[in-house]
Amino acid sequence: MATVLVIAEQVKGQLKKATFHALGAGRDLAKRLGGAELHVLVAGANLGEAAKQLAEYAGTVHVVDGAAFEHAVAETNALAAVAAAKATSASHVVLAATTWGKDLAPRIAARLGAGIASDVLALVGEGTVHFKRAMWAGNAVATVEVTTPIKVVTVRPTEFAPAEKAAAAGAVQAFAADAGAAKTKFVSFAEVKSARPELADARVVIAGGRGTKGDFKPIEALADTLGGAVGASRAVCDAGWQPNDLQVGQTGKVVAPQLYVAAGISGAIQHLAGMKGSKVIVAINKDPEAPIFQVADYGLVADLFKALPELTDAAAKLK
Amino acid sequence: MKILVTIKRVEDYESKIKVKPDGTWIVTDGVNYRANPFDEIAVEEALRLRDANMPSEVIAVSVGSELSVNEIRSALAMGADKGILVKQAGWVDSDAVARCLQKVIEREKPDLVLMGKQAVDVDDNVTGQLLAEYLGWGQATFASKHESLESAEEKAKKPGVKLAADKASVEVIREIDGGLETLSVKLPAIVTVDLRLNVPRYASLPNIMKAKKKPVEELDPKALGVDVTPKVKVLKVEPPPARAAGIKVPDVAALVQKLHSDAKVI
Repeated sequence: MATVLVIAEQVKGQLKKATFHALGAGRDLAKRLGGAELHVLVAGANLGEAAKQLAEYAGTVHVVDGAAFEHAVAETNALAAVAAAKATSASHVVLAATTWGKDLAPRIAARLGAGIASDVLALVGEGTVHFKRAMWAGNAVATVEVTTPIKVVTVRPTEFAPAEKAAAAGAVQAFAADAGAAKTKFVSFAEVKSARPELADARVVIAGGRGTKGDFKPIEALADTLGGAVGASRAVCDAGWQPNDLQVGQTGKVVAPQLYVAAGISGAIQHLAGMKGSKVIVAINKDPEAPIFQVADYGLVADLFKALPELTDAAAKLK
Repeated sequence: MKILVTIKRVEDYESKIKVKPDGTWIVTDGVNYRANPFDEIAVEEALRLRDANMPSEVIAVSVGSELSVNEIRSALAMGADKGILVKQAGWVDSDAVARCLQKVIEREKPDLVLMGKQAVDVDDNVTGQLLAEYLGWGQATFASKHESLESAEEKAKKPGVKLAADKASVEVIREIDGGLETLSVKLPAIVTVDLRLNVPRYASLPNIMKAKKKPVEELDPKALGVDVTPKVKVLKVEPPPARAAGIKVPDVAALVQKLHSDAKVI
């Protein structure tokens, strides 16, 4: 029996949302492989709650719980993942294509002698499963075959629905893994704190570009009225007007909310690659020729400093 | 300090990319080529580290067709000292590129390898991490910094990757989900760079002329003992799904009506 092994991502014992999307992809993959078992590995410290939660989604949860795995770097996590892949005879190892997953997955692949399909958008076929992935900033979609016996896959969280709970809870097992002697040491983490939802998970994203001239107040007001997240174009982050982690685009975050409002964003190819998957796109720009209008469902040629407050007032009245 | 920096020849991101009608690849006729923009940031960082830690040397390495010598020359024109081209016609997967680089590194024995976090053609974002594991080295991916690209530190061309006083490790600030993480990595190490680490310099005309005289060595994957058979094969390339054409609305009231009644998103 084939096994699909999902590697869970957690911070301080809290599972990341993307992990449930990876489990959704893992479940679909297991089904396409003709009923493979779904296992999940979680490594870290104080994982009691996380393990219990994961057991609601996977047949077996392997838990590496120890101080050596708190703040573990990719070198260390790769050792645990490879040991678990071998112990479960996994045919596929699946991670979410978050910065954590992207950092770790290739090291697992190299150690297993496996090929890696990264940032996968969709699974194709049954029995033998191929993978669709974006290339050239989303201007082309390739179908790729991983030819090695073991395959490592990172999946784009916005493209896979989160897993539903399994009929019965799975087993939780302690898994002993050697942490090795990493050449890399965690020093510190400077968290960007926000009262708004996380950009990658938000139902509504209001994004501002160069047209804001750095003044994000109207963007933030609309986001807060609609319970949404704030996003930004690359130009805005490069100028230091907004923190880097708000950047939407090929080189930033890929988002696919129900509603995406692009205000004062011209719509460079690399920005479009990060938001084209949104359900409804609204563009507000003074320049009627801005490329953003080509992907917008609703375009409004207007000054954002006038249009956004009006939109905010109208949205508040609808609540 | 010996620094190796990788540089890939890619389609210019400002070129219009179209899929071939037979679905085998993209149309390359009429497309401009240039160095991968992330790799240019890696070259810039290598030059800053070199200049802050003399005596040091920067070697620019590319794996690709004979035309990739142009991108090596552009790194030399920015200021790199010498080049190495692992000549490989046709597409190879990122794993084969990583194993070619592994052989070059085992021969050159650099203290630090700087690479772009991904190439903007296949957008894989795996080569640096694969290479680190093949070499058994530490890695710091997505190198960034706290200061903005408009800051005084950036204008003074200070390296964002900091060499420790004992020269045995580097401290790297990484741009990850939720914030900025700082790692300390023992040398030799792989560092992949993100957008906001620095603004790459332009090559001056005299430096472009000088670059023509700098040495570029050619190597061959076979002679290096690397089997380039892909672990990941591209079966088919398609255009992305098109979005239905949208409409222009005359004012905010019309927009609100559409979003509320038709799209039902507010």
